[in-house]
Amino acid sequence: MVREARGLVRAKNCMEIFQLLIGGLANGCIYGLVALGFVLIYKASEGVNFAQGDMMMLGAFVALGLGNSDQLGLPFGIAVIVAMVLMFGIGWGIERVVVRRIFGQPQFALVILTIALGFVLRFAAGSIWGYSPLVLETPFAGMNFRVGGVVIGMADILAIVVTLILTLGLWAFFAFTRIGLAAQAASQNQMAAYIVGVPVMRINALIWGLSGTVATVAGVLYAAKGAIDPNIGLLGIKAFAAAVIGGLGSLPGALLGGLLIGVVEPIAARYAPGELAQMSPYIIMLIVLVTRPGGLFAQIQAKKV
Amino acid sequence: MRVVFKTSYDPDIDLHDHAWKRWGIALLLAVMAALPFLVGDYYLAEATNTLIWALAGMGLMVLVGHTGQVSLGHAAFLAIGAYTDAALMNIGWPFLLSFPVAGLVAGVFGAIIAVPAVRMSGIYLAIATLAVFVIVEEMVILLAPITGGIGGIFAPTIEIAGIGFDRYAALDNFYWLCLVVVALVTWGYANLMRSPTGRSFLAVRDSEVSARALGINVTRTRALAFGLSSGVTGLAGALMGHYIGFFNYELFSIFISINLLLVVTIGGLGFIPGAFLGAILITGVPQLISILRDSANATLGIDLGGIPGLDTMVFSLILIGFIIYEPTGLYGRWLKLRVWWELFPLARRDMFRRQKTYLKTERMR
Amino acid sequence: MSLLAVEDLAIHFGGVKAVDGVSFEVEAGEVFAIIGPNGAGKSTIFNLISRLYEPTRGRIHFDGADITALKAHQIAPLGIARTFQNIELFDHSTVLDNLLMGRHIHRRTNFVQDILFLPKVRREEREHRRRVEEVIAFLELEHYRGKHIAGLPYGVRKVVEIGRALALGPKLILLDEPASGLSVEESQDVAFWIEDMRRDMGLTVLMVEHDMGLVTQVSDRVLAVANGRPLALGTAAEVQADPEVQAAYLGTGDAA
Repeated sequence: MVREARGLVRAKNCMEIFQLLIGGLANGCIYGLVALGFVLIYKASEGVNFAQGDMMMLGAFVALGLGNSDQLGLPFGIAVIVAMVLMFGIGWGIERVVVRRIFGQPQFALVILTIALGFVLRFAAGSIWGYSPLVLETPFAGMNFRVGGVVIGMADILAIVVTLILTLGLWAFFAFTRIGLAAQAASQNQMAAYIVGVPVMRINALIWGLSGTVATVAGVLYAAKGAIDPNIGLLGIKAFAAAVIGGLGSLPGALLGGLLIGVVEPIAARYAPGELAQMSPYIIMLIVLVTRPGGLFAQIQAKKV
Repeated sequence: MRVVFKTSYDPDIDLHDHAWKRWGIALLLAVMAALPFLVGDYYLAEATNTLIWALAGMGLMVLVGHTGQVSLGHAAFLAIGAYTDAALMNIGWPFLLSFPVAGLVAGVFGAIIAVPAVRMSGIYLAIATLAVFVIVEEMVILLAPITGGIGGIFAPTIEIAGIGFDRYAALDNFYWLCLVVVALVTWGYANLMRSPTGRSFLAVRDSEVSARALGINVTRTRALAFGLSSGVTGLAGALMGHYIGFFNYELFSIFISINLLLVVTIGGLGFIPGAFLGAILITGVPQLISILRDSANATLGIDLGGIPGLDTMVFSLILIGFIIYEPTGLYGRWLKLRVWWELFPLARRDMFRRQKTYLKTERMR
Repeated sequence: MSLLAVEDLAIHFGGVKAVDGVSFEVEAGEVFAIIGPNGAGKSTIFNLISRLYEPTRGRIHFDGADITALKAHQIAPLGIARTFQNIELFDHSTVLDNLLMGRHIHRRTNFVQDILFLPKVRREEREHRRRVEEVIAFLELEHYRGKHIAGLPYGVRKVVEIGRALALGPKLILLDEPASGLSVEESQDVAFWIEDMRRDMGLTVLMVEHDMGLVTQVSDRVLAVANGRPLALGTAAEVQADPEVQAAYLGTGDAA
């Protein structure tokens, strides 16, 4: 009798962990997607876009503004696609108007610049949509699957699938296309890339646009799981931790880092004090940085003198 | 143009190569010391705030401007300084003891975390400091018995030799206290930069390999810079705690770290006066905005107060403008103006043109 | 006994054997040159001696002590100074400050004394300055003393880097292609300075150089390397006459 009860408890625990894992994986995918945005820009220009989280936020709001019935009321699919295109334009525009002007300045300049840009984006979204939480209407809201005792939300599954497809696509883009290779070359040595005829500026703009699109996808997936407000961009910091854990230049690394953080967070929250759970992504990141200063998929080499 | 005719090495070693400059500094100090008699309490409080920000700005300047390491988490050291000082005074320590200890604790903590952090470079270090900041913030909540947790902590009134330095009851005294601390730190900082230690900081910033080849221990130098930086920031934090009076972890948000970065970048990276110019800007702009807001409200009937986040937005735009158009900051602009004035009318536009630079990869370090 | 002794030095980057079994000895007071085609591993040997790279095998002895296990920043205090092939100066400082940074190993004050700027610090500063002025006079850099590195022409920067190495007060100076990119007049200056360093300052010079004219003019002995392996050792004329060396340079034999 007692043994049976213990077994039941164990099964329940097991189920609970599984449930946490699924939720964590889905969250991790969203972190991973935002982290992909970081990695994209890092790969192309060795800069870090600290406004990536805010671009995700803006992408989610643009989709909401286009799709929600009390706003423009476009069908969900069309709203998302239009939002992706618009955000490509915004990413492109940011590069053309602001980032290009500090071309060649130290990385630090871009860090500060994008932090400031993040505030501007947040202000813009706050002025248009207000600061109270809004919910994005999706056709799959509330859709659930029940496998055994575990409930899996449609939004979670979608997050996982979409992320996998996007990561694979982007990886192929950098590994096989001419533009992708050129972008990597440009990041290694801007002047040399210039000299051999790589249109460094145009590629940078393209990559910024692309990262805007990826951010939108992340934003929509995030919004599908709950309400959004202009401050959700702060999630970018966590995603940044993910990108660093993976090693900033690595796309699969970013995804892996995101998944790691996504999974550890809810488990830490379940079994440790709340503050520790809040700290967990950063503790993991510090451990990784101290042991492997370039991240798990490090790309740092010694400078030649 | 002033020509300095040098007959010994001393003018190059002295803080000021010209007596004229020495008098300028003395005059500035005199005006600053007389400020309580010149302005009302409201502006004196603002001036105190500016001094505290300048102190914290100098703390970050050593690191970002002179050693080339970026920290996004300096609010953590402000917090450590403020909490250490307040907690020690709450158990009965006198300010004269608790204040330096607060700086020391922040400095030692900074140096300790710097040892693993110095292996990282550029972006990675910035991120690690951000992580340290988040961890410190959570630790403040966890250590509720010492820090007061979410509820907050009270910074007791400062008393030295029976004289009160309360921020409200004796604002003049508190202002002078801050002024003395800031003046001493500025003097020490200027000394540092004309000594072998300061030169080793610059060496590490500009070329790590040749610093090593000259026998400079890069790890130790960076840790020292980090420790000095966080120590000074800790002192500023302690003063900030007394200035606010009652505070909890929310005082030291990520925005404070970013504002500090703003102080050093807008002020002018690598120039000590830059920290002061940046501090004036960061404390002055909100005042300016509120004045403009009131006048807009009164004359045009536009209620700008209804727009949340306007301050941050204005800051951000100023920052973007500076990074794009004047990366050397306010102090750099001032230097150019001075050159232009001294050479008048011989200065040419292209004297001030920036050289085209190309970014080389940091993956090859 | 020789000042610098390199025994069977090797470093492999992945599968690439950048340096593979190089041995040589530099006598005190000698000017010793290493020559070889591009990618022969000349600069790598320098980086191994200044401990920027970790050798795969082999030992380096300086002044009778094994320095193979030392860290990079522990090399300068022994009296080894160096320049870099691609000039590694502190771009945002003045020429004077760059040279003063070369005095780092001679500092006797700690950071607390520095912050308080005690009289001792000032005395030390005067002494550093006096030494640096000697270097400035030797290299005729007076005109550039207060100039920032970023605005200087290439040739002057090369000289400043030599000056920074001299300010250190070394026993052995490693010059990595001191004449590359210089005009004929400038490299003639370099040749005179190298001779003065040896004769007047009693320095030992180890240099990597492509300019055979300069090598022939100043060096006592020459080591030719190709593909990380030593080819010939002797006087400049002997090495130039060596058929293997000629083959390596012309790219005929298998050694290329």
